[in-house]
Amino acid sequence: MSEHAIEAVGLRRTYRSRTGWLRPQRREVEAVRGVDLTVGNGELFGLLGPNGAGKTTTIKMLNTLLVPSGGSARICGYDVVTRTREVRRRIGYVFGGDRGLYDRLSARDNLRYFAELYGVPGREQRRRIGELLELVRLDGRDDDRVEGYSRGMRQRLHIARGLLHRPRVLFLDEPSIGVDPVAARELRQTVADLAATGTTVLLTTHYMAEADELCGRIAVIANGRIQALGTPAELRRHADGRRVLEVEAYGVTDRQLAAIRTLPGVREASMDVVGAAQVLGVQSDAGYDVQADVLRALDGVRLGRVTARQPTLEDAYVAIVNRVAEERPIEAVAA
Amino acid sequence: MLAVGALLHAKQLSRSPFEITTALIVPVVQATLAVYLFRAGGEPGRLLEAAVGAGLMGVWSSVLFGSGGAIQNQRWLGTLEMIMLAPRPPALVVLPITLATALTGTYAMVATLVWGRLLYGIPLDFARPLLFAVAVPGCILGLGMFGLLLASTFVLLRNANALTNTLEYPIWLVSGMLVPITALPAWTGPVAAVLPTTWGARAVREAATGSGPVWPSLGICLAISLACLALGALMMTHVERRARAAATLALA
Ligand SMILES: Nc1ncnc2c1ncn2[C@@H]1O[C@H](COP(=O)(O)OP(=O)(O)OP(=O)(O)O)[C@@H](O)[C@H]1O
Ligand SMILES: [Mg+2]
Repeated sequence: MSEHAIEAVGLRRTYRSRTGWLRPQRREVEAVRGVDLTVGNGELFGLLGPNGAGKTTTIKMLNTLLVPSGGSARICGYDVVTRTREVRRRIGYVFGGDRGLYDRLSARDNLRYFAELYGVPGREQRRRIGELLELVRLDGRDDDRVEGYSRGMRQRLHIARGLLHRPRVLFLDEPSIGVDPVAARELRQTVADLAATGTTVLLTTHYMAEADELCGRIAVIANGRIQALGTPAELRRHADGRRVLEVEAYGVTDRQLAAIRTLPGVREASMDVVGAAQVLGVQSDAGYDVQADVLRALDGVRLGRVTARQPTLEDAYVAIVNRVAEERPIEAVAA
Repeated sequence: MLAVGALLHAKQLSRSPFEITTALIVPVVQATLAVYLFRAGGEPGRLLEAAVGAGLMGVWSSVLFGSGGAIQNQRWLGTLEMIMLAPRPPALVVLPITLATALTGTYAMVATLVWGRLLYGIPLDFARPLLFAVAVPGCILGLGMFGLLLASTFVLLRNANALTNTLEYPIWLVSGMLVPITALPAWTGPVAAVLPTTWGARAVREAATGSGPVWPSLGICLAISLACLALGALMMTHVERRARAAATLALA
């Protein structure tokens, strides 16, 4: 048995696509540009990053759906390119979204089919399927056709499917998309239990709290490369020496946001919309008190609550990703 | 694995509203067509043969469209990645799907016969009912295996859909499902001889009318189909590898 569940060295992937029919144009996207990763047995590892960072591409190279353009990877010691069968026996894959199921079959039939396909022994199938339906709380609806399921129910069925053959390594690509808060909490509990019983989990998510709660270690990937790697506590240190000011506001313009970014001491400024309000988050060096300057820049805007707090994992994430976004134009010139 | 897979795929296929509508209408049309063709030809004694031939056309259409589109279909459903992820040779993963298309096609055969009986009073007196009961599943199995070759070929070819439409009628004709092969120009002979559909159709017809021994034809049909299966399996492995390199398993 290999010491590491997942090992990747210099993993790369370039997509080539042709667009246009009369005058074909070749387009190349370097989705992953050299990822090194080792994940130990039983570890719960998180992969975070903005849209298009290359998370899904990385996962698909590790689970044999894509052949890497460069580098190599091994799962439980088996190479993902040359020992595909061995790798596939040991992995489960769950992706977010509601596709990938047979709509006109029931949940039970879907699981039965995949149990056959994934080689779950016949006499064990019934019990295993019952167990999993109960785990994802689809028992009772299991004989209804999947086409009548809600998004979250489909997602839960996906998860049951991924677990059918008791994989040693589980790839979860945004498994909590469209799952309601209570079910999401149960899902987190399930994932934590799996990891506690020795399953290795590689998880991608856009919910920082989820990653913070679950993952032993996290890699932040952006622009096809790992930008930071460590425990949630270690990552939080990327925002060390910073303070966060949160301002609830109504009607902040892009111009004002840009002006705030240039204030002395301000490191990042971002804006989220929460209901009718905007929430402006300003990260600054701890030595500066930027509150007065920020409020002055927002002159004339109706404001709500103003709070100052310690940075969270999310702030650290924003700091890491924004640093990369700033570096990117320089890189483009170099290339 | 193959049996459960084929049955469940047949279930999924047969529940499509489109399939159900076609399945209701097509056999009636086919039965009618067969009856009038042969009545016009002044050979009412061969009505049963005609109905069986029409039923086979139904099976063939189902295999051609179903298997030809099998991969594309799974890709649209988003299930292609999930089934390819199974620790099995890709051919074994796709075979149940093509068998399922042949299986749903059987319904066309049965329905055509039933409609022929109900609407036109075609007597269903098979010369060798037992052999008929063996020949039909045999023919279906053969077509399902042939389907795998189709499935893998169609992934490789870009304009597969156009090809599907152009293949439907010629193969009906050449295989002698409706018109005896002897009535066709001589050059079609060799083509017909390598198509499993020809031998399958012949076996089924022989069983229905007692016009010849069934086993040799059925044997040849299955032998050719097995060859298609082997070839299809090789191609499938190749196709799968290529798809993993080109990132075409997902719906991009
Ligand atoms: N099949 C494909 N063909 C061409 N380009 C692709 C393909 N799949 C992904 N890409 C590109 O590769 C890059 C990385 O995509 P990827 O799906 O890995 O991102 P991601 O990190 O999973 O993003 P998200 O958070 O949105 O899921 C993107 O720029 C994307 O446009
Ligand atoms: Mg993704």
